[in-house]
Amino acid sequence: MRTMPAIVDTVEDLVCYHCGERCEDGSIRKEEKYFCCEGCKLVYEVLEENNLCTYYNLNDTPGAAKREKVAGKRYDYLDDPEISEKLIEFKSDQLFKLSFFIPSIHCSSCIWLLENLYKIDERILNSRVDFPAKKVFIKASPTIKISEIVEILDSIGYEPRLSLDELEQKDTKSLNKSLYLKLGVAGFAFGNIMMLSFPDYLSITDSVESFMPFFNIVSVLLSLPVLFYSSSGYFISAFKGLKKKYINIDFPLSLGIAALWGRSIYDIFVLHEQGYMDSFAGLIFFLLIGKVFQNKTYEYFNFERNYKSYFPISITRRGKNGHEEVIPLSKINVKDRILIRNNEIIPADSILINGIGNIDYSFVTGESLPQVKEKGEKVFAGGKQTGGVIELEIIKEVSQSYLTRLWNDFIVSKDHDSGLINFSNVVSKYFTLGILAVALLGVLLWYQAGVVQVLSIVTAVLIVACPCALALSAPFALGNSLRIFGRNHFYLKSVKVVENLSHTDAIIFDKTGTLTENQEIDILFVPEGTAGNLNLVADGNFHPNLGRKIEDGSAKTVRIGDLAKATFKNSLHPLSKAIYRYLSEFEDLKVDSFMEYPGKGGEAFITGRSVLFGSPAFVKGENEKSENLEKSENSEKFVKFENLEVPENSARSEKSEKSEKNEINATTSVTGSKVYLSVDNQIIGYFKIENKYRKGVQAILKEVKKKNEVFILSGDNDSEKENLIKFADSKNIRFNCTPVEKMEIIEELQASGKKVLMVGDGLNDAAALSKADVGVSLSDDLMNFTPASDSLLHGDSLQHLPKFLAQARSTMTVVRTSFVISTIYNLIGVSVALAGLLSPLFAAILMPISSISVVIFTTLGTIFTAKHNGLKI
Amino acid sequence: MSAVYILIGASLLVAAGFLIAFLWAVKSGQMDDRVTPAYRILFDDEPKNSESNNNSSSQTHDQEKKEHN
Repeated sequence: MRTMPAIVDTVEDLVCYHCGERCEDGSIRKEEKYFCCEGCKLVYEVLEENNLCTYYNLNDTPGAAKREKVAGKRYDYLDDPEISEKLIEFKSDQLFKLSFFIPSIHCSSCIWLLENLYKIDERILNSRVDFPAKKVFIKASPTIKISEIVEILDSIGYEPRLSLDELEQKDTKSLNKSLYLKLGVAGFAFGNIMMLSFPDYLSITDSVESFMPFFNIVSVLLSLPVLFYSSSGYFISAFKGLKKKYINIDFPLSLGIAALWGRSIYDIFVLHEQGYMDSFAGLIFFLLIGKVFQNKTYEYFNFERNYKSYFPISITRRGKNGHEEVIPLSKINVKDRILIRNNEIIPADSILINGIGNIDYSFVTGESLPQVKEKGEKVFAGGKQTGGVIELEIIKEVSQSYLTRLWNDFIVSKDHDSGLINFSNVVSKYFTLGILAVALLGVLLWYQAGVVQVLSIVTAVLIVACPCALALSAPFALGNSLRIFGRNHFYLKSVKVVENLSHTDAIIFDKTGTLTENQEIDILFVPEGTAGNLNLVADGNFHPNLGRKIEDGSAKTVRIGDLAKATFKNSLHPLSKAIYRYLSEFEDLKVDSFMEYPGKGGEAFITGRSVLFGSPAFVKGENEKSENLEKSENSEKFVKFENLEVPENSARSEKSEKSEKNEINATTSVTGSKVYLSVDNQIIGYFKIENKYRKGVQAILKEVKKKNEVFILSGDNDSEKENLIKFADSKNIRFNCTPVEKMEIIEELQASGKKVLMVGDGLNDAAALSKADVGVSLSDDLMNFTPASDSLLHGDSLQHLPKFLAQARSTMTVVRTSFVISTIYNLIGVSVALAGLLSPLFAAILMPISSISVVIFTTLGTIFTAKHNGLKI
Repeated sequence: MSAVYILIGASLLVAAGFLIAFLWAVKSGQMDDRVTPAYRILFDDEPKNSESNNNSSSQTHDQEKKEHN
């Protein structure tokens, strides 16, 4: 166990005993253990009290950072019959069962603690964790309320995620389960029939002749469940395909399966010979293995999230008589007054009535800094309040709010099962026609030999032509690539996405949050003005601009940065907080007085000097000056310290889509903002706020541009134009795009025959992501919210995008090559069949050899290409 | 040689037993989570109070399976 040094020299060495975050100072401690915040300490105390400190022995700092103490979070609404009914999965007199999704489950300590919940409260009878699913299954006695269970979970740092979507989730595992059952049955039959076929393989049928009818009948019996249960999926799929008037790969497979079984029955019962039952069961067994491989998906990532998984289940409403009540979100109406607390999400477009809104729209637009809102201003659904409680009046219903409407109207779920473009289905169409032609040829060749002989030739052709190897090559190649992508933090919804990915020839990037970092901004200090009578002297190499000392002989000598740091420390505006963090290397000074003027800026007196910060008009003080300035720099936005100025063109007419969207973006975007700073009425310069681009963005775009047309669609203004021109052709960069416009651009491209890949992150990209041939949701925390899409990409892996595209193309080459190989096997088989020489033994050897060699080829092929493309395997 | 009939019958019975065990395991959800049990087995039992608790928890788990079926 880790021990803390008794005397701590530098506070930097301190990490939180609970979560491992760096402790700001050593002030929060319990005995020799230090904590980063009260929240972590509280969790520790709860665990210590209940004798659960093994939690800390299993792993170092296993906790999830609590950051702040959320006092009095209320879960009463969970006891509402309507909600609790949805949560409870099973109920009897002795116990009830329910499960929670807990995103912060991440290590073995989490499992241990959550499975020992009964030690905290004995009314929780038993709890089991499903680690990959990040779920905990709880059995509790009816004497405990659901809200109490959630409070316990919250108190130990495992707050479950409760959203509408979580409640409505269906069990998706049943499909996979039935596949395993089918595989088990087929495997069982395959092994046993093979055993019974040994005399045939060893050519000793003569010596055991008396047993052969018995062996054959047992084989037939064993084959029945394989035919009617295990292989049923192929017949159903082929039939469905025919109904829709196209031939999929399951059609020739079904033909082969049926011919194989029928012919075996005929051979056994009419000719009293060996059938092909071993080949039959083996064929189904291998095919099902391929299917299992193909169906391996990332069950635990949710590719279908919509706004429901993002919005809370319930909301606090303030009734007419002033008392608060918690009601389900579905019961909320226009004109209701609601309360939104820290970290709660605004569920519907509304007007701020009380309190100061500090609204984080990062999920919606990808914008990094929260936005300050004051009384009377409009706030949009999807924003998250950070800070104190605010009171809102709903002006639009949840389903009619801007974002939700976008979702309901434009998100179409792609029919992934139609598979018309699927390569193997295209091939199988010609393949089937080819087989039928060969079978016909067989009829003509053996026409004179009589009906029995003709039938035997035709069935033999159908049997060996059964595209078993063909059916296996695509699942194994695509499935293996899917696995390789997953290793590199690129998670695809299904193997079909690999194929779509390989056809991509146009790539669209969203800007904010996709090309730029979601939670980070770059701050730059730009000197401006002459500094007048302030004699600024450089201080060595230390920070050339902000590090300059003011030496005018009068007051104490200070650096500009020191003054700025002290000033911004006092301001509550999110931008000020960001600038304060940027100035961390400067010294702390005592502030004599501080005033903040909402909407303008602020003023501080430090060591006898007056420091002004904020919009240029405010800092420069004189109106004519600021007017000149605004004229000369009209294209740029200034910080209005209450609300970032809305560009002229989006005057607040809320009628049109465009203006509404402009409003949402303009009010949240801080890109290109400037915060001016003056000391003793002399302008020193301004802080420029810029988006921070993700690592290697330029290299990625340069690389993908070689083979694809690259577009950048930004919902933001064009302040970043200069930066973006480095990345893509200027005609392909569009600014001020509404979500609907983004989608329309994709439609246009698709109409001109392009296969479009869209990379986006926020809710505002959701429509475009669903429209694109491949939608890639970029996220730094995949367990967190991501809009519905075909694939999830971890933010750090964006740099591998060109490699992923190359790998998808290589995979398809592997698939094509293996198709050629399996066709060669089929040609050999068919010529043997046409010659009338197909024996059960030959079939029993050719079938597994062709299947296994194709599986080995595709697996090795995709591993090799992945290595070649520089991906982890 | 007629022992072969019995032997094959017996071998099929044994094999069928394993098949049924497999089908039961899949159906009762034992294959659903193949990660957590690997961690769980490494947790040390705490000598004082855990034995009885572990027993009761495994019992309730069995109950759960029955309810599933």
